Amino acid sequence: MQLTDRDRHLLDGGGGPAARMAMSIVVRMAAVQGIDRLLDITAAHVDSSLYMGDATLDYALRLAGHGARVVVPTTLNVSGVDPHGWREWAVPPEWADKAYRQMQAYKQMGCKATWTCAPYQESERPRFGQQIAWGESSAIVFANSVLGARTERYPDLLDICAAITGRVPAAGLHLDENRAGECVFRLHGIPGALQADDAFYPVLGHLVGQVARDRVAVIAGLEVSPSEDQLKALGAAMASSGAVALFHLVGVTPEAPTEAAALRGRMPDEDHRVTVERLRAARDGLSTAAGDRLDMVVLGSPHFSLDEFRRLAPLLERRTRHDRVRLLITCSRAVKLIAERAGLLKPVIEFGGELTVDTCILTSPMLPPDVGTLMTNSAKYAYYGPGLLGKQLAFGSLEDCVRSAVDGRIVRDESLWAA
Amino acid sequence: MRGRAVMPGQAQGRLLVSSEPLSFWGGYDPATGEIIDRRHPLSGRTAAGRVLAVPSTRGSSTSTAVLLEAIRRGTAPAAIITVGVDSFVALASIVADELYGRPLPVIALERADFAELTPDMSLTIGADGVIETRT
Repeated sequence: MQLTDRDRHLLDGGGGPAARMAMSIVVRMAAVQGIDRLLDITAAHVDSSLYMGDATLDYALRLAGHGARVVVPTTLNVSGVDPHGWREWAVPPEWADKAYRQMQAYKQMGCKATWTCAPYQESERPRFGQQIAWGESSAIVFANSVLGARTERYPDLLDICAAITGRVPAAGLHLDENRAGECVFRLHGIPGALQADDAFYPVLGHLVGQVARDRVAVIAGLEVSPSEDQLKALGAAMASSGAVALFHLVGVTPEAPTEAAALRGRMPDEDHRVTVERLRAARDGLSTAAGDRLDMVVLGSPHFSLDEFRRLAPLLERRTRHDRVRLLITCSRAVKLIAERAGLLKPVIEFGGELTVDTCILTSPMLPPDVGTLMTNSAKYAYYGPGLLGKQLAFGSLEDCVRSAVDGRIVRDESLWAA
Repeated sequence: MRGRAVMPGQAQGRLLVSSEPLSFWGGYDPATGEIIDRRHPLSGRTAAGRVLAVPSTRGSSTSTAVLLEAIRRGTAPAAIITVGVDSFVALASIVADELYGRPLPVIALERADFAELTPDMSLTIGADGVIETRT
């Protein structure tokens, strides 16, 4: 293993016991992957902030207690609790206490209290080509694909070690040669109106993730210019049903001005045709709920953006939710504040909607048992909800979700999905 | 057969095997060791104390934290076998070693050897990565 003097200094404990442990973990990870070189990163996004039981708290307290400090600008992913709002939900007090202590430990290490899975919606964004160490699958795929920054898929526990040492194994998507497309998806006969619809992107991403698994995906044949929220939904879906950390959308994302550029002159492993039929099947696969019973509509995975609040507000105006159906939006505290100042929360509150910040329904045990069936426009919520929460999930567009909350039952507009 | 001992350790147990990758987050309950991804072929099976063989992890980057918690609670598999090195499984084991001094044995197999694994066979894993099988 090629180590610098500073690497050895940290490994020998010269930077204190926390930096020693962090450096040891980075070096051991490089070794098991057969990588003999480390490289510098200049920013990090840490998902280790998620409370997953005593083990993650032990880990945070060990690092913070031994004086760990991050050496690069570091944002924090969602935590296990909304420290101000948890009492209104079903979060057990012991969980709230431990999750909060874990949050404090990461702040103590010098991380920024962003508490969001979509840090690119608020704080300084990584530049094209910048070497970074990001955790959170949906953020990783956004940073690599949409921003053109370079990060591997950093798991919880390792991201903080990268932030403490500023070093990562020189591997994977940090290196240009590993960023070539491996699996092509060709849109075939998809009507323009469907391509322009928000619901198209999470469904396409769900399909691509299932097929591409952990490979670099190339999507060709898109005829519209997707919004950033649509790209966010596309990537988050791929990173749920698969482990995609980089996609190239030909003509849209920065490393894919052309299909040839996205493939870096190589032949792809596979070439798939994406038809409306396949998309319909993928969309149906995102729903486990049978029948039209509905208890809650949940939006905001990845965290709801200001633009999404802008799009939601007019849909809610002069309408109220059905007595039996709650509306929950999960977002960051910064976006909530900006949305409030922009007057975009008023329609949500008047509709009878609720907000949770700093966390989400998948990472905080907040949903009461009487919420059995949820509807969402998020492929990530739809994908993980049944296993993690034991709830039934229904997927629909934002408009479907609002209409269902008003009607008190699951309703969907099928017209866009007809062949 | 012989694999690479990514994290060396001795283990034995009956095999739970699937050709489908598994996300531990949303797929593994650290309270019980049950596989809870309802789309996974091993859904409903308990992997605690058994040797779990899946080609790789999938999806969320939180899988490592869930596996670490399972190791802490004693609900983790006795060992994990993957096709090639799965860095998430390796990381959970490395951190379990650094934090608790309790690494989880992790073995990487070639794809062809992995394909030889059959459900419920009894496995004994040696610290050198040698796997003895009994059906």
